[in-house]
This record gives sequence, structure tokens and C-alpha cells, in this order.
Amino acid sequence: MAKDHNDAFVEFDRVQKTYDGESLVVKDLNLKIGQGEFLTMLGPSGSGKTTCLMMLAGFETATQGDIRLDGRPINSVPPHKRGIGMVFQNYALFPHMTVGENLSFPLEVRSIDKSERESKIKRALDMVQMGEFANRRPSQLSGGQQQRIALARALVFDPELVLMDEPLGALDKQLREHMQFEIKHLHDSLGITVVYVTHDQGEALTMSDRIAVFNDGRIQQLAPPATLYESPDNSFVAQFIGENNKLLGTVEAIDGETALIRLDNGEVIRATAVNVTSKGQKTLISIRPERVEYREELMPPGAQTLDAEVLEFIYMGDIFRTRLKVAGSDEFIIKSRNTQGQTRLEPGQMIKIGWDPKDARALDAQ
Amino acid sequence: MCADVTVATGGPALAGSSSLKANLRRAEAKKRRTAFMLTLPLLAFITVMFLVPLIGMVWLSVANTAVRDYMPKTVAAMATWNGKELPPEKVYAAVGEDLTVAYKARTFGRIAKRLNQEMPGVMGVINKTSFRSSKVTTPPASWKDELIKIDPKWGQMPIWNLLKRQSSMFTADYYLAAVDMQVSPTGHIERVPSYERIYIKLFIRTAWMSALVTALTLALGYPLAYWISRMPPSRANLMMIAVLLPFWTSLLVRITAWIVLLQSQGVVNSLLVGSGMVSEAARPQLINNALGTVIVMTQVLLPFMVLPLYSVMRSIPDTYMRAAISMGAHPWRAFWRVFAPLTVAGVGAGVLLVFILSIGYYITPELVGGQSGQFISNRIAYNVQQSLNWGLAAALGTILTVVTLILFLLYGMITGKGKVSLA
Repeated sequence: MAKDHNDAFVEFDRVQKTYDGESLVVKDLNLKIGQGEFLTMLGPSGSGKTTCLMMLAGFETATQGDIRLDGRPINSVPPHKRGIGMVFQNYALFPHMTVGENLSFPLEVRSIDKSERESKIKRALDMVQMGEFANRRPSQLSGGQQQRIALARALVFDPELVLMDEPLGALDKQLREHMQFEIKHLHDSLGITVVYVTHDQGEALTMSDRIAVFNDGRIQQLAPPATLYESPDNSFVAQFIGENNKLLGTVEAIDGETALIRLDNGEVIRATAVNVTSKGQKTLISIRPERVEYREELMPPGAQTLDAEVLEFIYMGDIFRTRLKVAGSDEFIIKSRNTQGQTRLEPGQMIKIGWDPKDARALDAQ
Repeated sequence: MCADVTVATGGPALAGSSSLKANLRRAEAKKRRTAFMLTLPLLAFITVMFLVPLIGMVWLSVANTAVRDYMPKTVAAMATWNGKELPPEKVYAAVGEDLTVAYKARTFGRIAKRLNQEMPGVMGVINKTSFRSSKVTTPPASWKDELIKIDPKWGQMPIWNLLKRQSSMFTADYYLAAVDMQVSPTGHIERVPSYERIYIKLFIRTAWMSALVTALTLALGYPLAYWISRMPPSRANLMMIAVLLPFWTSLLVRITAWIVLLQSQGVVNSLLVGSGMVSEAARPQLINNALGTVIVMTQVLLPFMVLPLYSVMRSIPDTYMRAAISMGAHPWRAFWRVFAPLTVAGVGAGVLLVFILSIGYYITPELVGGQSGQFISNRIAYNVQQSLNWGLAAALGTILTVVTLILFLLYGMITGKGKVSLA
């Protein structure tokens, strides 16, 4: 996997996009994607991620800025000359052609002769375990099978870059998770570059080398999944990725990495200063539910502790979710694994919770 | 406990299964009755106003009642005549007596008219014979001599062959006439003289002008439907209203507007002359000919082409074309290989719909067709209103109906298979 982003394979350079000439859908986008990378554009609908993908594919034109593919600007290259494979959410398999004819289409367009076409089609179908289905019509296949064919069709002409626009959105949960692994394996074994658009954060975390979180036409954070989840740069990312406990407060003091925060109920706690800069600033402290411990013997040394009241206990099988009232907020969630001998908290119970101050991140209050 | 439950629910259901079926039948029958009652008024209307006249038309095209109804004795007497030489005296006598009665009952004119359709000139013979034979007070010694004295044609074979043919209940004469054929005086089927051949020519003209109108509506309608189908829904609906706008205006008003535009002193010609593109003397004839019919019918029938095309195109998502283009196909190639094949059902439906409507078109060719833009329907109207040959009109109408029915079945097959709905 190429991690050298200076020698970018795909590059967005100060790209802007507006549809109506008034508001920008994409604001000053700078993004470098390395060769062989799996990059996911993640964000709520209307955040500009699909627009970015369509600009890269050539179906939308950038209002300003350059998009470069392998070093050359492609703004004026028509979409059919870009040589980019694409997978669509509704698969877009041609219903009047068989699976084989669907796969043959991009090869015929490239004037590849028949015998080579057939071997490429066979290879691509075998790649997605659909070798037996060349003579079927798309309508005779299940959603998951159609998805595989769409994938094979996007790969059959050996593109170096494949774009995927929410390709698993129409599948049920189990199939979706299965296909995530298959796409990931294909990416690893073929060494292609993938730009993947989704609004499903779980999908993004599972598959990507790096994730670009979009909101309001900007990339909020560009980072590998673990960094994104554990060290969100701002409160949007913290809330969009995974579950998140929010405590509102005001900055009392900042000492390097550590900040002292006065919560709204008057208590002062320690947290990691991420994007708070000055005393008196409003802040939102983000703590992941699974990083909060309520059994004193298991708390990390130097833990920040607070009193809490149990409001609700929810049994979810593999985990327990407990809703607490903490420092004036009654939406504070903790998660604990359903291990042997795990205690079940009762509503009304008063407990002490604690966490490592590194896991409490003081972010912008939005 | 589980076993108890099974017995409790399973037992009665099994025992009562036959009555369950009966209940279902009763419920279904009630539903069917309701559905029937709801459609009854329409059913009655269609039967009275459409089916009965249709059957009447088919009957008229083959019925041959004039001779049977008004010359019953002749029909009976001729039954044993071999038709090789002049008939025996009893047939002459029957003719004399029938025409005498017909003269008194004032029905001889109907006999004369029917016979004259098949053999021009016979009307005079019948009229004269009816009048003269009614003056014969005592039965003559020989009706044969008497009739030949009245008109020598009674002494020749053709009139007798004609009477023999017309004494049968059904006739194919009208259908033969509708395809420019006739039965010769000697009893053979032959083509009518070339100066009388008009119907084959008219059928062919109707077919090819309809085909031309269909091709033009397709050429104009396809890009339009494509354009509208790629619009966001709210604008597309607005455009479809614009497409259907002509339906809000009377057909006659629209045709009149076209006359204003196309006539030799009309808007189009004035613009052409005014801009110097044609000289004053060479104003093109744009109306009251085949060109006028084609122009106006194309405009009138365009919505019927756009509707099924739009309906099919709307269901084709943008991503098909995008997928094809992303795979390296030039947009034109993507269109021909991916988009166009998916619209075949819509094209088939639109083409058949417009063609079916075209071949039966009457009012437009009547008003703007002149001589060279006449359709078969105009000739049917002529036979109904002017020449009063209803049998021929019925035969032409039946042929047109059958052709339309065949096309309609084809249309049903195409739309059924492609699941096309009209918007």
C-alpha cells in the first residue's frame, strides 16, 4: 500500500463546486489519494461527498480548481476517456444484456478481440465467485449477486482507479457486512485505488485505509479509521463516528496537552485539549462509552472520576448499555461487555464512574 | 399444553373445511356481483352504441336483401333453374308478377338500385318493366314474350345471371368492389376497368401516409420525450402538460389554425415571400393536398407518440448511461447500445398507437387533404352520404376495422410484454 501522499495518484487541488452560483456544495477541497489506497468519503447526505466522486468520474465539472489523475489534470477530459471503473448504488446493470454481455461491454468499447474478451470476463467473474452466471439476465439474480456482477464489470477492464457510490446501500445488513470483506480483499489482491462513498460509518471504519469525513462541503478530518475514532479533531467528527458522550463546560486553564474544564454543574475535571485554545472558552468534552469504567478496581491509575445515577439498564446480548445521569446530563451512556460475573446495574443506583483523562477530549462547542 | 392447542384449533377447521370453501365462494360471488353492477351502465352503453352498430355494419357488408325481400316468387322459381340458357316460362311469369306487386308497393326502386350497383343501366330496365307489367290486366299467354317486348335485355343472359346471383342471401360483391374487383356478366371474378380502380390505391395511400405520419411523430417525439424524461420531476410534469395542451383545444379549431397558417395567402407563405425566399408567383401549395394532411396529422398525433415514449424513458435511471460512459463508451455509443434498446417497448407502443389512429383518420384529411390527401375513411363517408352505397361503405369499414384489430392485438402483445403504461 502506497502511503506516500506527496506523490498522489488522485489529487483535488483547491476544488470548488456550486450548482446555483450562490452557495458552494464543495468548499476549497484539497485531497491527495495515494496509489493503491482505499479512501472513503464519509458524511451525511448533502455534505458534498457524492459531488466530489462525480467530479472525479467526470459527470460533474468543478467550478474552480484542478483535479489531477496520475499527475495530469483531467478537468477537460470527458468521462468516457478517464478509464475509471465505477460501481453504482443501484448496480446499473444493463437489463437487456446477459451478465456476460454486461461484462463484455467495456471490453468491446476498447476493441479487445473476442478470445481475450472471454478470458478477461471469465477471470473477472471468477474473482467474484460468479463464474456460473455468465448467461443469466441481471433480473434473475439476487441483490447480492447483482452487486458482485457490478463489481466485476467495473474491474473487468483493469482500471487503476475504481469509484464506488454507496455500492452496498441496497443490501441487507448481513450481506452488506459480507460484501465489505469481499471488496476489501479484492482491493488488497488487485492493488487498485478505490474511492468509496458511504454514509455508513461502520462500513467506512471496516474497509478504509483512510477516511475523509465530509460536512458542509469541507473535509472535517482525514485520517486512518483508528485515529478518526479515538482522536477526533472536532465535535462533528466525534459525534458522527461512533457513539459519543457529551459534557458541556468552560475552559478553566490549559497546560500543554491537558485542560481543566469546569462543567455546567460546577465540577472541574481534567481533559485532553484538542481544539480549545483560551481560558473561558465554551467546550464540549467527548468520551467514548466503552472507555468509561464503573468498577473501581478496574479504573486506570489517575482516573478522572464523577458521581453518577443509573437511569436505565438495557440488555443487548453481547453488551450492556447503561444510561446515567452525570453532571447534569441524563444522556450519558456506558457500555460494558457481557462477561462472566459482570454486574447488572439497577436504575436508581448511585455509582462512581471514571476514565483516563486522555480519553476525554475537549473539543469545540460547535 | 401444546397438544391441547393443536387439537383445539385444528379440529373444527378440518371438519368445517367444505363449508369454509362454500363461504369463500359466497363471498367471492358477492364481490363479482358488485363489480358487475358497477360496470353494467358502461357495458350497456357499449353494447347499444358500439357493438350493435358494429354488427350491423358487418351484416350490411354481406347482406343481400333487396331481391329476396321484394321478388320472392322469382327467387323461388329460379331455385331450380340451371343458369346455362334463358330461364323457363315460370321464371318469366314470376318476374312479371313480382314486379307488378313491387310497382304497386313502390318497392321496385330498391330492387332497381341494388341491381344497378352491380350492372349499370339495369335500373331503367327494372323501372320500365315494373311500370309496364303492372298495366297488364289479364295474365298474358307468355310472360317471356311480354317481357322481351318491354325490354329486349330480358332475352339475354346477363340480366338473368345477375338476378340469380342476387337471389342468394349473402353476397361478396361489396368486398370485391372494395378491392376494385367485380363479377363479370359471365360470372367470373375480374378487376374493374382501370379508370374505376380507386380503393386499392386509397388503401395503399392511407397506409403509406399513416406510416409517414408515424415516422415523423417518432422523429419529433423521441428527442422530446428523452429531453423531458431527463428533467427533474416538477419540470417534467410541467412539460408534459405542455405536450398535452393541444388536447384542451378542439380538433376543428386546431385544424382551422393550420389552414390560416398554411394556405397560399397564409402566414407561412407570406413569411416565405416576404423574406424573399420564394417569389410571389411560386407560393408553395402547403394545404389541401397530401402535404397538408401529413403536416396537420403529425401535429395532432404527436402527443400519442410522446406519452408512451416518456413513460418508458422515465423508468430508465440516469445511472445506466453513466455506467456505460464510465466504462469508456462515447455518449452516442452508450445511447445506442444501452438507452435505445431499453426504449424499444415504448417505440413499439407509440408507433402502433399513432399508426392505428392514422389509418382511421377522417376529419383532418377531409378538411385539409384536398384531392391527393384523401384517406379511405373519406371514401367511406362518401359512400354513406353521397352515393348511398351502404353495403360498400360497410365492406370498406369492416376491412379497416379488421386491419385495426390485428394491429391492436400486436400493440397489446408489445405493451403486455414490455409492461408499458400510458403515463
